[in-house]
Amino acid sequence: MIGIEHYVVVSSILFVLGVLGIFLNRKNVIVILMAIELILLAVNINLVAFSAFLGDLTGQIFAMFVLTVAAGEAAIGLAILVIYFRGRGSIAVDDVNRMRG
Amino acid sequence: MIQLLAFYLFATLTIASAVLVIMSRNPVHSVLWLIVAFFNAAGLMVLVGAEFIAMLLVIVYVGAVAVLFLFVVMMLDIDFAELRAGFIRNFPLGILIALILLAELVLGIGAIRAGSLELGVADGSAAPILDRSNIESIGALLYGKYLFLFETAGIILLVAMVGAIVLTHRARKDTRPQDVSRQVRRRPEEATVNVKPEVGKGVQL
Repeated sequence: MIGIEHYVVVSSILFVLGVLGIFLNRKNVIVILMAIELILLAVNINLVAFSAFLGDLTGQIFAMFVLTVAAGEAAIGLAILVIYFRGRGSIAVDDVNRMRG
Repeated sequence: MIQLLAFYLFATLTIASAVLVIMSRNPVHSVLWLIVAFFNAAGLMVLVGAEFIAMLLVIVYVGAVAVLFLFVVMMLDIDFAELRAGFIRNFPLGILIALILLAELVLGIGAIRAGSLELGVADGSAAPILDRSNIESIGALLYGKYLFLFETAGIILLVAMVGAIVLTHRARKDTRPQDVSRQVRRRPEEATVNVKPEVGKGVQL
């Protein structure tokens, strides 16, 4: 029988893979954005699984809000990526020091 | 039995495609594997009876976010081989941090299983309505208790849309777009002039 532990394990592995993706592709900002999507997916799986096993729908509502924020974040991130590429002709982000901040 | 089989199928495919997302050489393949990962995660959610969120995941991610990623990856002319230069060098540190994180998560799960953490019980105010489908229960909750949060989510999407348009829009010099307000502001007095030329003379324009 499938229990809550199965879902927690799957989402933990997915979360760690997302973090690993950020570290492995430190130059390629597109893959970094995709890794962030993976992390948010892991969070969503956790929220939905706990909501289903506890018999409380709040988790699913919050998964919907996480989905909203993830969609907005992807849109803004890709827009920033496009204007960055327009200015630099490259998307290598490991040496972003234009603003000297 | 079939539930067990479906769970392991979906879980294995989700994790395998997540690995391929972060390991793949070509970002276009990464986006396609991301779509597979989201489909299988939606399957995992269907298994516990959360059909609405599962369908939302498919519609929003496969229909919108993945297409957005594909557009950007394909429209920008990027040298992807150069971007993978640090991949091998970052590998040991990345694996180390991932293992530390995994160990921490396993510790947390173990703590819950050992019963040392009190999670509390649901108070029943958001319990699914009996004899109603998942989507009806979610609708009742979303348009009742969480109405203001729902509207805030709408505002977040609006701000994201305006932000994305403002960031990527550029006024091009080589096109001559229609300026409606200037056309409406135009008056006959400033646009036409009455002249009475003498016979045999031209008109100075």
